[in-house]
Amino acid sequence: MTSSKRTEPRRSLLRRIETFLDEAYAAPFRRHQRRSQRRQEDLFRLLVLSEALGIPNPAGFYCLELMPFVLDDFHAWHRRMGMEHSPVDGFRCC
Amino acid sequence: MTSWMLALFAFAAFFVGYRFYSKFLAERVFRLDPDYITPAHRFNDGIDFVPTNRFVLWGHHFTSVAGAAPIVGPAIAMIWGWGPALAWVLVGTVFIAGIHDFGTLWASSRNRGESMGAIARKVISPRAFSLFLLIIFFLMLMVNAVFAVIIGTLFTNFPASVIPYWMQIPIAVTIGWLVYRRGVGVLWPALIGLFLMLALVGVGAAVPVSLPEQIAGAPSVAWWTAIMLAYGAIASRLPVWLLLQPRDFMNAHLLFIGLIMIYLGVFVGRPEIVAPIFNTAVPPDTPPMLPLLFVTIACGAISGFHGLVSSGTTSKQLNHETDARFIGYLGSTGEGLLAVAAILATAAGFATFEAWNVHYESWAHASSSGIAAFVSGAGNFMGHLGLPVALGTTFVSMMVVCFAATSLDTSMRLQRFVLAELGRQYKLPALSNINFSTTLVFILCVALAFFADPERPGQGGMILWPLFGTTNQLTAAMSLLILSLIFWYTKRPYLLTLIPFLFVATVTTWAMFINVGNYLAQGNLLLTVVGGLLLALNIWLLLEGVAAVRHRREPSDVLEAN
Repeated sequence: MTSSKRTEPRRSLLRRIETFLDEAYAAPFRRHQRRSQRRQEDLFRLLVLSEALGIPNPAGFYCLELMPFVLDDFHAWHRRMGMEHSPVDGFRCC
Repeated sequence: MTSWMLALFAFAAFFVGYRFYSKFLAERVFRLDPDYITPAHRFNDGIDFVPTNRFVLWGHHFTSVAGAAPIVGPAIAMIWGWGPALAWVLVGTVFIAGIHDFGTLWASSRNRGESMGAIARKVISPRAFSLFLLIIFFLMLMVNAVFAVIIGTLFTNFPASVIPYWMQIPIAVTIGWLVYRRGVGVLWPALIGLFLMLALVGVGAAVPVSLPEQIAGAPSVAWWTAIMLAYGAIASRLPVWLLLQPRDFMNAHLLFIGLIMIYLGVFVGRPEIVAPIFNTAVPPDTPPMLPLLFVTIACGAISGFHGLVSSGTTSKQLNHETDARFIGYLGSTGEGLLAVAAILATAAGFATFEAWNVHYESWAHASSSGIAAFVSGAGNFMGHLGLPVALGTTFVSMMVVCFAATSLDTSMRLQRFVLAELGRQYKLPALSNINFSTTLVFILCVALAFFADPERPGQGGMILWPLFGTTNQLTAAMSLLILSLIFWYTKRPYLLTLIPFLFVATVTTWAMFINVGNYLAQGNLLLTVVGGLLLALNIWLLLEGVAAVRHRREPSDVLEAN
């Protein structure tokens, strides 16, 4: 048996331990991190979409090119904000 | 009798409980369905609802519920002898905590992953939600005051634990930064961190740090208590990834290392039990064992806090409904094992009865130094493994301090959320302000820790221990009542939770009457008011239970079908 074959199972065991520990580290606090990340993203989305939502924004023109980045998750966002249908006239997702 | 036989007996009892009773509960009572789509799958959002491997989830659940409390309770209750303490831990874990933890997890997963408070609103009445919030508020208040004093006592009695404890903070922050900011896998930072912690045990034992006995007229315990409460207030304002998350992770490893070493010490050293099985010569200031035993040992026998964890986070991550048995029942069994370890360390960790009796010469002394008895006893167990006893005691004291400090951090955070929720309910927006609520929590905790016992300012926290147990049992009683009502409405064997509910509710009310009577006799106004409020909540809970039986609810109102 070559040495590389011998070390293979060891490596995979180490990888499994690593995956398990990473999961054990992240799982209890995943919700805190994802929630704070989502809160930041929601604020960013609100700023980008502010003109479309009727909130005057002096930087509205420059936000236009950021629009495509916030539309991916748009449907989930307006549902999360308690709006059954899209609040933006020009963009109908549902 | 030797300690190893007791340990073996406890293992056997827990094994039989898990193998047979939890199986019976899973099949006949909860009727777990492997095809039921759990909330983790149904509402999978990658945030709150995430299907999680059952071993990871068990580890998370167990380390969230196990802390300093299942150690302190049995260490104090040892004053009545090891027999009653062990019997209550075994019976409580197998027949009450098991069904409570398992049941709350199941009920929450069958109610869209809602918390017990939200389920109480549906099953009992909307009023019950306010009752629930008030009980939680008091529970957290007690946790903060009591745990700060426990740490103060340990730092004073075991100055060797000061350096390892405070050094855990920079180590944890470094791990948090490496994992969160630099994206490094957790394996190597955690291994190096653990190695450093173990090395620091040696440093701490060589360089003990203690405050002067008196500073500005206050003893060192009082100063440590104040420092820890201030630390808790600051730590609870930090982002979780920076300190709480890595420290929780390290504590989990310390917990497993500690538990394994204590039981190995018992089986290798086979120390004889020196404590009496039933203490016939209890000190005169000791309150009656019935009912105080049942509130002195809360965590480790039955603890309402588990229901909060089960229904708060664990239920939202349940991969299969059938995992609830493994996670819920074995989670409570794990805590039972920790409580048995505390009983063994305080019953067999001393060479002679006289050495044991030093810690239990009075109730006041047992309350304040029961935890020190555990640390000394467990340190002696580690001595049987060839480790110097000084290192063993430093390791155990550091472990308990780390648990207590993490609980302090977590409960200050939770208390802030509860205040914000109460603020929303009663239209007090100031309570939602994070700085205001943190300051308010800090002031309330300091007031309670310092003035609970006016004769010994700053050391009064431990006088609150029976009140802490009572609030914990109240929370458990509320969950048991909810489960009984769900079983009643869905035509399941409700006596399995109704009897534990009646038992827990009766002993807590009885204990509160005795406590409030004592506080009145001592002229302790603060504790009379706090105790009176808790007694009122207790009676309110019983009345809610009686009122709820009169309402008829359909099974679909309280439980989601497959």
